[in-house]
Amino acid sequence: MADEILKLERVCKSYNVGLPTETEVLHDIDLELDHGEFLALMGPSGSGKSTLLNIVGLLDRPTSGRLLIKGRDTGLLGDNEITHLRGHTIGFVFQYHLLISAFTARENIMMPMLADRGFPSAEIAARADHLLAEVGLERFGNNLANNMSGGQQQRVAVARALAMNPDLVLADEPTGNLDTKSADAVFELMRRVNRQSGTSFLLVTHNLDLARRCDRIIEVVDGRIAQH
Amino acid sequence: MNRWLPFEWIAAVRFLREGRLQTIFIIGGISIGVGVIVFMSAMLAGMEANFIRRVLTSQPQIQLLTPDQVARPLRNAAGEIEDAVVQRPSQRVISIDQWPKIRTQMLAMPEVTAVSPTITGSALAIRGDASRAVTLTGIEPDTYFNIVKVPDYIVAGSARLTSEDVIIGTELAKNLGATVGDKLNLQAASSANRVLTISGLVDFGNKGANQRVAFIALRTGQSLLGMIGGVTTIDMTIKDIYAAETIARQIQAATAVEADSWIATNAQFFTAVQAQIYTNTLIRLFVGLSVAFGIAAVLIVSVIQRSKEIGILRAMGTSRGQILRVFLLQGGLLGFIGSLVGAAMGALALIYWHAVARQADGTEFFPLILERSLFIYTAILATVTGLLAATAPAVRAAKLDPVVAIRG
Ligand SMILES: Nc1ncnc2c1ncn2[C@@H]1O[C@H](COP(=O)(O)OP(=O)(O)O)[C@@H](O)[C@H]1O
Ligand SMILES: [Mg+2]
Repeated sequence: MADEILKLERVCKSYNVGLPTETEVLHDIDLELDHGEFLALMGPSGSGKSTLLNIVGLLDRPTSGRLLIKGRDTGLLGDNEITHLRGHTIGFVFQYHLLISAFTARENIMMPMLADRGFPSAEIAARADHLLAEVGLERFGNNLANNMSGGQQQRVAVARALAMNPDLVLADEPTGNLDTKSADAVFELMRRVNRQSGTSFLLVTHNLDLARRCDRIIEVVDGRIAQH
Repeated sequence: MNRWLPFEWIAAVRFLREGRLQTIFIIGGISIGVGVIVFMSAMLAGMEANFIRRVLTSQPQIQLLTPDQVARPLRNAAGEIEDAVVQRPSQRVISIDQWPKIRTQMLAMPEVTAVSPTITGSALAIRGDASRAVTLTGIEPDTYFNIVKVPDYIVAGSARLTSEDVIIGTELAKNLGATVGDKLNLQAASSANRVLTISGLVDFGNKGANQRVAFIALRTGQSLLGMIGGVTTIDMTIKDIYAAETIARQIQAATAVEADSWIATNAQFFTAVQAQIYTNTLIRLFVGLSVAFGIAAVLIVSVIQRSKEIGILRAMGTSRGQILRVFLLQGGLLGFIGSLVGAAMGALALIYWHAVARQADGTEFFPLILERSLFIYTAILATVTGLLAATAPAVRAAKLDPVVAIRG
């Protein structure tokens, strides 16, 4: 197997294709991410970071170029295969609207496993409890998602992203809404998981202090990569 | 989390529970619709059953008569007609030709459950100064009571019918000032007459019938009406009451008698029932449609409200199919729960209305018929309606682009 978990070759992305408002947001992006690497993605607002993350996360498809995940060309996959690959390979942490409010913290963590297996089981619940402990929230399992602080919710979101034991976690400004202390806690949590289990991370952040603690920093400016 | 419930089920139930007020209101709406349908259908079924029961226990389902006597135009030779206008002859009361043979033939038919020969004619019932015209019905009690449940309608005395007995209607008894045990002089048109003892009074719930009806033994009737050994009608019951008309037509084609079914005799009632059924169906349809639109509207709003959560679920590996089923299930659940509540409401309203609504004489307006099948059908129908109503919202949810949903 290829050494890199992720490989982008000349990826372009345009919005409103075929309309007068058509705009290319990403231009010829080449990017590789190794197994176990913790990469920081920086850049000004509107430069295309979220667009890039959505493409990498298989939520969106590139207009041109190739996206390989674990060596597989994702352009050749159908909708169901994409969904399956996403569920098993990639975990997401978003900045806003983090958890599903109708469920408790534990159930939110169980959700990706539940969607995958179809039925709840003791094993799934045990894994959720294990992850809750991992993120230091063992006592909050039965809290409804909305009855927790922003930092706690984001730690639950990290636990949820890890539920399926993904190879790659994509985090889009996960600490953007948190105070310094909580942001630090969430970042350290991800860094620890990265070190302990070798999960690769792609972290979008505006926080230079956090970015410096990553393995590598990449800057996106106007839809192009400016490597450091 | 119950481990027997699939993901879709858990998510659907949670979403419904979280949208508390929306859920309660739409279930209220569905319940009212279902309640109306249950109430109306059960009441209609009750009234219809009531009528049919009355008809079928007080009338034969098929009656065989002598065919109409027709006059034929006189002909001298082919094509040459003497009288152009042919007048219908007056109908003499005559016996059915070879009736014992026809009875045997009828009894041999597998659809037929009871056959009873009767003789009818008119007579004058005289008691003291009072006299009334009556319709004499000479019967064989053993077979006839299987067809017309005379004993069920006896309100005084008994259904005993020896050759010396007569059973008369309550109104007739009142008009003649007679009661059980009194003697009654019956005088036929031929001025033959017999004095019989009133053994019982019947009330068919119909004033006209109660004024005229007089049952006597077949032999007594034959001698009074001057038709020894003869009968004027053969009354029958059959297994499938709704096949009466078809069977009547078959009999008429196969024999020389005329056969009337209760369906033809009560054609007016059936027209009324048909009209009721159409109205009922229309009301059901429109109630069902408004329920469906209500469910669809609530679910569409829910899809819009939850689009971010749907996006997150999709990002976490939930398939389009799963999202589709989560919302279909919500529609089905709403329909099902609404049907349970609505059926209970409809049944309670029916029980209340049954207790309150009385006819002029204090008897029940309609019998209380709460068939399990009505509830099962209603529940199935409501659930299916919910599922169908949920298709548009569910498809919309499944098609949601997670990128757009998450960006919000
Ligand atoms: N769905 C869309 N349709 C049209 N333009 C879009 C869409 N999504 C993003 N954009 C545009 O693409 C550019 C990059 O956006 P985004 O990837 O969100 O940037 P970032 O995350 O770096 O702030 C912006 O100019 C934005 O307005
Ligand atoms: Mg962004």
